[in-house]
Amino acid sequence: MRKVPRRVMVPASVLVLIAVFWLARSSEGQSPRGSGQFPAYRPPRTMDGHPDLNGIWQAFVTANWDLQDHEAQAGPFPELMGAYGAGPAGQSIVEGGEIPYQPWALAKKKENYSQRAKVDVTNDGKWHDLGDPELKCYMPGVPRAAYMPFPFQIVQGSSPYILIAYEFASATRTIRMNWKDEAPIDAWMGWSRGRWEGDTLVVDVTGLRGETWFDRAGDFHSSALHVVERYTPVSPYHLAYEATIEDPNVFTRPWKISFVLYRRMEKNLQLLEFKCVPFTEELLYGAMRKRSGR
Amino acid sequence: MKWIAFPVTFFVTVSWTALAGQAPAGTGKPKPAKTPPPARAWTAPRTPWGDPDLQGVWNDATSTPLQRPGGIGDQQVLRDEEVAGFQDDLAYNLTRDRRDGGPEVDVNRAYNEHWMDARRLKITADHRTSLIIDPPDGRIPPTVPLTPEKQKARAARAAAVARFNAGLPNEHQEMSLPVRCIIRTDSPPYLPTIYNNDFQIFQSPGYVVIGPEMIHSARIIPLDSRPHLGPTLRQWLGDTRGRFEGQTLVIETTNFRSDEGVIFGDANPATYRITERFTRVAADAIDYEFTVEDPMTWTRPWTARIPWTKIDPAEQMYEYACHEDNYDIVHLLAGARTREKNGETVPQK
Repeated sequence: MRKVPRRVMVPASVLVLIAVFWLARSSEGQSPRGSGQFPAYRPPRTMDGHPDLNGIWQAFVTANWDLQDHEAQAGPFPELMGAYGAGPAGQSIVEGGEIPYQPWALAKKKENYSQRAKVDVTNDGKWHDLGDPELKCYMPGVPRAAYMPFPFQIVQGSSPYILIAYEFASATRTIRMNWKDEAPIDAWMGWSRGRWEGDTLVVDVTGLRGETWFDRAGDFHSSALHVVERYTPVSPYHLAYEATIEDPNVFTRPWKISFVLYRRMEKNLQLLEFKCVPFTEELLYGAMRKRSGR
Repeated sequence: MKWIAFPVTFFVTVSWTALAGQAPAGTGKPKPAKTPPPARAWTAPRTPWGDPDLQGVWNDATSTPLQRPGGIGDQQVLRDEEVAGFQDDLAYNLTRDRRDGGPEVDVNRAYNEHWMDARRLKITADHRTSLIIDPPDGRIPPTVPLTPEKQKARAARAAAVARFNAGLPNEHQEMSLPVRCIIRTDSPPYLPTIYNNDFQIFQSPGYVVIGPEMIHSARIIPLDSRPHLGPTLRQWLGDTRGRFEGQTLVIETTNFRSDEGVIFGDANPATYRITERFTRVAADAIDYEFTVEDPMTWTRPWTARIPWTKIDPAEQMYEYACHEDNYDIVHLLAGARTREKNGETVPQK
């Protein structure tokens, strides 16, 4: 059995829960932490014998506002948006509760938050310096795409590629199964290589652009980000999702998030478009409009 | 089976005199790809769940023009001795590494050979003179007279384009949808362009998904006969439903938004119909055929066929980001404001 890291200072009851989790983890084929509430489950298979993950899925955690514990909060412009702009409260999806930032990075995260709704695109060199990329309708990267408040669809066929199509910004990513080649270049949605470990789809993601954020609270990373995602079916309607996040430029150690993805069950439900460029253009470019003669 | 049907329709549409005039082979001319391998040697693959298998990364680049160039008349297929010249002329007109247009034209050729998809400089293997196969003249049919509203919209659009071309756009909203990175070549019908002509097709039971390289959207096509979205739920890329007819994936798309530039030829979204057909005709080839019609726009329906070629598996399709680093849109606006300060105006024609 593996030891609980010593630096984790939490009540004994939580330690017991964590111990139970590690016990569960240590036996092969058991469901992961996010599946604690679920009894043992053997998922249906595709014709090649792997668990069938096809479907439209959505997270219902509020991590897009903040990965860590957060109270309900006003939006950045309450005088304009009122309660429309406000965000819901939510519990941390980070194992241990806190993201292990290096001291400078914690200060940077706070600065990000204070500037989350500011943009300045008038200088190419500082194009990405200000503002939450979500505000600017940039592709959200991984793992943020998995817990944004939008559905996504997994398309798993008989080729060596699994597609994940996200409603937000029409972002897509291809998971290359059992792929050897490293990321040829950084991309907003990264370079995803998948493999099966028992009933779990494990996706190793590198080649991520450094500019994406994890949430609206300013949580961030560098282009050295390495994410390992684990998708495990735990019922016909749920996937347990876990991601291990590693970035030695920003964090003191790897850390982990977990939550549950829900299958969307509405009849004839389909992914719709959330092409948000037209919703952010005024913010980005409005100041450069011709001022007279219109 | 489409594999049989393809050469048959091909020859039927060919001018027989052109075929009769074929030069004998063996003269070192470009390979006549007109002769397909024996049909019996190849069976269209099926997915494990029984659908025709279209999975893979495909490329639709060709220099063969959508519409037949003038001066060729009704000749639908080139004679062998015409192939090289036709292809060279098209390549010359498409290429941008030229310095024969003066400085302003040079600037507009900044997307030079570095960007050019090499496949874009080659005509289709069947040596057709246009991608349009119907009407027989290879041209988009005549347009019907525009309504006054449409005329007004066209005039406003033309003025915006003139401002853009003069480097004097008033605002981002009058730039085209591709410049704004809202939709690009992911909008049907799929037509070849200078770069990023790849499409990755994914399939799962009940779905076909087409992932165009530009701009990273997924066209998710349900095959379960469900109804289209309601009429007030419109999308930039429309709403697609599909079915297999034999070997052919047939898809129909409705619910397009009414913004300028969403639909080819700015046809009327209420009366526009587009049907696309995908048929795997060889291990490395799909026939992509589309028919569009709109009685408010064209005098008759028209159909084009574009070959899709499977790319080398070692050649991957990469993410095409657009809006995320759309520096150009800022440079264009900044340039316009500077030009205004300098007293520049849009040239009147």
